[in-house]
Amino acid sequence: MSEQTFFKVTVDGITIEVPAGTTILQAARKIGGEVAPPAMCYYSKLKGSGGKCRTCLVEVAKGSEKDPRPMPKLVASCRTTVMDGMEVKNITSEKVVEARAGVVEFLLLNHPLDCPICDQAGECHLQDLSFDHGKSKTRFEFQKRTFKKHDLGKNIQLHMTRCILCYRCVFTADQLTNKRVHGILDRGDHAEIATHIEKSLDNEFIGNVIDVCPVGALTDKTFRFKNRVWFLKPMDAHRDCPSCSGRVTLWNRGDEVYRVTARKDEWGEIEDTPDGKPGWICNTCRFDKKEATDWVIEGPRAISRASVISQGHYAGNVGMTLPTETFKAVNGGRTPHLLMDIHDESEVNQQNIHLGQIQGPSHGDTFNKTENAS
Amino acid sequence: MQALTNKAQAVNRKPMTFLERLYLINIIKGMMITFSHMFKKQPTIRYPEEKREFSPVFRGLHVLNRDEEGRERCTACGLCAVACPAEAITMEAAERIEGEENLYREEKYAAKYEINMLRCIFCGLCEDACPKDAIYLSETFAPANFTRKGFIYGKPDLLIPNPKTEAEAYAEAKGVEA
Repeated sequence: MSEQTFFKVTVDGITIEVPAGTTILQAARKIGGEVAPPAMCYYSKLKGSGGKCRTCLVEVAKGSEKDPRPMPKLVASCRTTVMDGMEVKNITSEKVVEARAGVVEFLLLNHPLDCPICDQAGECHLQDLSFDHGKSKTRFEFQKRTFKKHDLGKNIQLHMTRCILCYRCVFTADQLTNKRVHGILDRGDHAEIATHIEKSLDNEFIGNVIDVCPVGALTDKTFRFKNRVWFLKPMDAHRDCPSCSGRVTLWNRGDEVYRVTARKDEWGEIEDTPDGKPGWICNTCRFDKKEATDWVIEGPRAISRASVISQGHYAGNVGMTLPTETFKAVNGGRTPHLLMDIHDESEVNQQNIHLGQIQGPSHGDTFNKTENAS
Repeated sequence: MQALTNKAQAVNRKPMTFLERLYLINIIKGMMITFSHMFKKQPTIRYPEEKREFSPVFRGLHVLNRDEEGRERCTACGLCAVACPAEAITMEAAERIEGEENLYREEKYAAKYEINMLRCIFCGLCEDACPKDAIYLSETFAPANFTRKGFIYGKPDLLIPNPKTEAEAYAEAKGVEA
């Protein structure tokens, strides 16, 4: 690769050399941290994605070394390639900050803000984006759009009202599966993700649309309402899967597997496997392997300190093994006279109900039909 | 040693006089103070018969609220549990099925909701965290109990009576507006 040319690009005052053809967003991500613009629709592992949501807008203060004029308008950094000597302003530009607040306002216009119900809450890119860049008030005074509910089969739940039309799931189906059955129907305000007519998504790799969805529009039905993500323990695990890499993150409560997702990097995208391919996982791994014995646990997953998911989690292997019971040793070998086992009293986390094994969300009778009332 | 401040006072080590050595005068002085308290207003309250008024910001036992149509407001979002510094709150969510629309306000609801009153420190952070106006701290406190079992409060203990079907109990639970 000796003839590959490298371009110097400066983002927010930090200079980096990247190969020609790199987008501004990728260059900024190479620098990392706050310099990287947020992206809702762009997904580096999906060809053709990007350019739709406008959250990654940046200001180009200097076009290139040869043509130093600034670009007249803010540009979408996910679709603009770098030029030699280009100077880009991201968070240091007031115009960008203002534009991004406007984009967030547009994205939230029709968003139902049902985060208390939404399973994506806590790992939702739209939540992060509006927290970082949005305003706390809305000027929208009208009815939000609603849709007729579509059933996408037994594994994937669609909430069209939450969708921001990023097209990531469409690209995923195009590039990972042999036949795409869902897509965007209608246009404008009526545009919606749907199948024509009422098909279920059942390709072996279609489950990845859940991972690429930046909001809670596509969620895992087998995990639906089971628990909040920040009360679960993310664990890296793998299994010998004939159809995919088998490298996943398990979301456990105790030893029970509640949810299986692919491993995500700091940009919320699927991590590469050691051989350099994106680590998409198959539906069998994602939806059907909910037994702890199906997996080889590698250790706790590192979660960003800023994320709510890291609450109650500690560094290293803390909490991985049960602490030894010291009561008998310090009490002269006697067991305590009065000891309240919380499971005798509490009706939450009953030991004979295995929520992880239940297909689909639990209902009122799930918890009441048991004989654990004593 | 040099004094750090000029507040120090030397202890009076003068030997006591005869009158002082008798202690009688001081005893009588003290008794006078005790006696004078008999004519002052009693601060004691005869508790079960008479109850002290709570401050308007008093934080007591929790109440799970219902909306005007009697539907439970809680949607088991877990924000109270994550805000709770004592980790006293636990819950289990379930999906509302057809026919339960008059029971629960949202698509998801708390099938089980528990507050461990032994752990609770009545800080009120759950009330602050709740996005659905579902949990409130009332002006009562947890009654005493001989065992620890009675302090795990489940949904039947916490839910406010239904304003539609049990209007009287609801009005009583709600109390008078201050």
